[in-house]
Amino acid sequence: MKNSKLKGWLYLLPAIIFLGIFMVYPLVDVFVYAFQEGFNFASQTYKGVGWFNFDYVLRDPYFLQAVKNTFILVIITVPVSTGLALLISLGLNSIKPLKNLFQTVYFLPYVTNTLAVGLVFMILFKKTAYTDGLVNLIINWFGSESIDFIDGPYWAKMFVMCFYTVWVVMPFKILILTSALASVKQDYYNAAKIDGTSKGRIFRRITLPMISPMIFYLVITGFIGAFKAYSDEVAIFGTDLNVAGMNTIVGYVYDMLYGDSGGYPSYASAAALILFVIVLTITVINLMVSRKNVHY
Amino acid sequence: MKVVLDHLTKRFPNRTKGEPDVIAVNDFTFEIPDGKLIGLLGPSGCGKSTCLNLISGLEKPTSGRVWFGDTDVTELEPENRGVGLVFQNYALYPHLTVRQNIMFPLQNLKGADKLTKEEMLRRSDEAAKMVQIENLKDRKPAQMSGGQQQRVAIARALVKMPRVLLLDEPLSNLDARLRLQTREEIRRIQRETGITTIFVTHDQEEAMSISDEIVVMKLGVLQQIGKPQEVYNDPVNLFVAQFLGTPAINTFTGEVINEKIYIGEEAVLPAPGVPNQNVWVGIRPEGFVLDENGPFTLDLTRVEIMGRDTSVVATHPFAQSPSVRAIISSENEVDADAARIRFSLKPKKVFIFEAESELRIRF
Repeated sequence: MKNSKLKGWLYLLPAIIFLGIFMVYPLVDVFVYAFQEGFNFASQTYKGVGWFNFDYVLRDPYFLQAVKNTFILVIITVPVSTGLALLISLGLNSIKPLKNLFQTVYFLPYVTNTLAVGLVFMILFKKTAYTDGLVNLIINWFGSESIDFIDGPYWAKMFVMCFYTVWVVMPFKILILTSALASVKQDYYNAAKIDGTSKGRIFRRITLPMISPMIFYLVITGFIGAFKAYSDEVAIFGTDLNVAGMNTIVGYVYDMLYGDSGGYPSYASAAALILFVIVLTITVINLMVSRKNVHY
Repeated sequence: MKVVLDHLTKRFPNRTKGEPDVIAVNDFTFEIPDGKLIGLLGPSGCGKSTCLNLISGLEKPTSGRVWFGDTDVTELEPENRGVGLVFQNYALYPHLTVRQNIMFPLQNLKGADKLTKEEMLRRSDEAAKMVQIENLKDRKPAQMSGGQQQRVAIARALVKMPRVLLLDEPLSNLDARLRLQTREEIRRIQRETGITTIFVTHDQEEAMSISDEIVVMKLGVLQQIGKPQEVYNDPVNLFVAQFLGTPAINTFTGEVINEKIYIGEEAVLPAPGVPNQNVWVGIRPEGFVLDENGPFTLDLTRVEIMGRDTSVVATHPFAQSPSVRAIISSENEVDADAARIRFSLKPKKVFIFEAESELRIRF
């Protein structure tokens, strides 16, 4: 008995060592930095211990802007992308011809490089000396003025941001949902059909409950992913997100560490911890909601 | 409700391109009288389930018609046919409780048929009572045994008072003891409700025990219809003879010469009026009579005494199966150490079939 326990630990050892060095230790470090006032990497010194860093970060207009941006992004993109993915999956699931082709097409964004996609979005939306971009051409055609989506008003930039995010995260959701839909046994639908169940009721009372665990999984990972948004913003608006007013919380953390005005690991750590608390809260709320609505 | 199948055919396109279509149901014509329990019987892949799906409307026939009473329902969608269907794996909605499952069909009713909440509860309670699961109403399917799930599935099919009840292999997921119990239950429910019921099975014992009539199928082709005992006593061909009965009928290659049936060198039975030809000889296990001077000799393998009956296991060079089984009353004393054993045969338990067509030759 004792011997087998020892063996178990031995098998776990490589994983524990790696996780310890690359995950647990940095996490502890972040926690420590967050409470050290004015920590300096080079000299490894700090002035004091306390809530000072949080105080600073929470008053920093750049951080508040980043929080606002992130929340807008999360609140818009998670429901929209999940809903659209569900619609597309339902469509994919109900067609026979060309199903595989469409599945591949819808999955393409997932394997495409973020920066390449960003470039395409630039072509679609960016105003240059030569052209106002494809989308503006369409807007002009309908008789409206061109809008500068990349350097223009906040709502326009936010629209591009959300559009982009939805487009990037959707393939994975479609993939998961199509397989979830395909795994609902035909017998349930046959039984419902025999009993004269309407299409809407079949969807609400059978399909949706059956795939609810997968939807829930997508919502949770969707929330977490959206809260961690950063690289997509860089792909569209460049590295100076604060100037563009499109920074996110993770972007703020990065800027505090390595940005032009960076070198403040304490502020960065404090911001990261705040993000952690936000994500944790949202996830716990999600879990509580799901316990009521997700079946088996 | 009388159910009539009229030249019903269902072809499926072959999955491999260029191969001919698969004919699952081939030119089916028969009538199911009102209020009867009918067993559709055949080996797997013989088109039983397709036939059931054609009746339920889940599949549309390639040609032919389906009638419920005087109504042609061929073009009707399943929900408009008024059928209840119990699936092989029950297809209970796992996220709904037993009561919700049973009420599901009632909640679908629209317009003039719409029921009040009380009426739905009353009818679902009634259906639950019918299958004796009143005390399980708040459970989820996963919290119940296979037999209980089966009952819920039947209650769900019955609750909307269907004109025809269809059961697809209703007992195949149950253990042996439960199977016996449930088939009696199905019989009882059918009697109580008087609903025309069609059930599909590959288990001949199951079909014979509870059906008013059985329909034997093979490769999409109807072989024989009739009361179970009639079909058993008077099979039209070798397939039906072999498919019905446990233990199975013993089949031998034989020959009719001068109006006598020969198996090997031995003339086992007279066959008046049958011309000389090669035949299959089928002998029911209960058709053997222990007889020291009998015409039919077998090489004895062993004797199994099972209370009321004695089962004699033997071999014969012309038998189609490795062993021949004869069942005789255990009042007979069989010398288990003997090398050979002799029988005479009961003429009614011996069938002969044409060698090529395997059709029955009556004599």
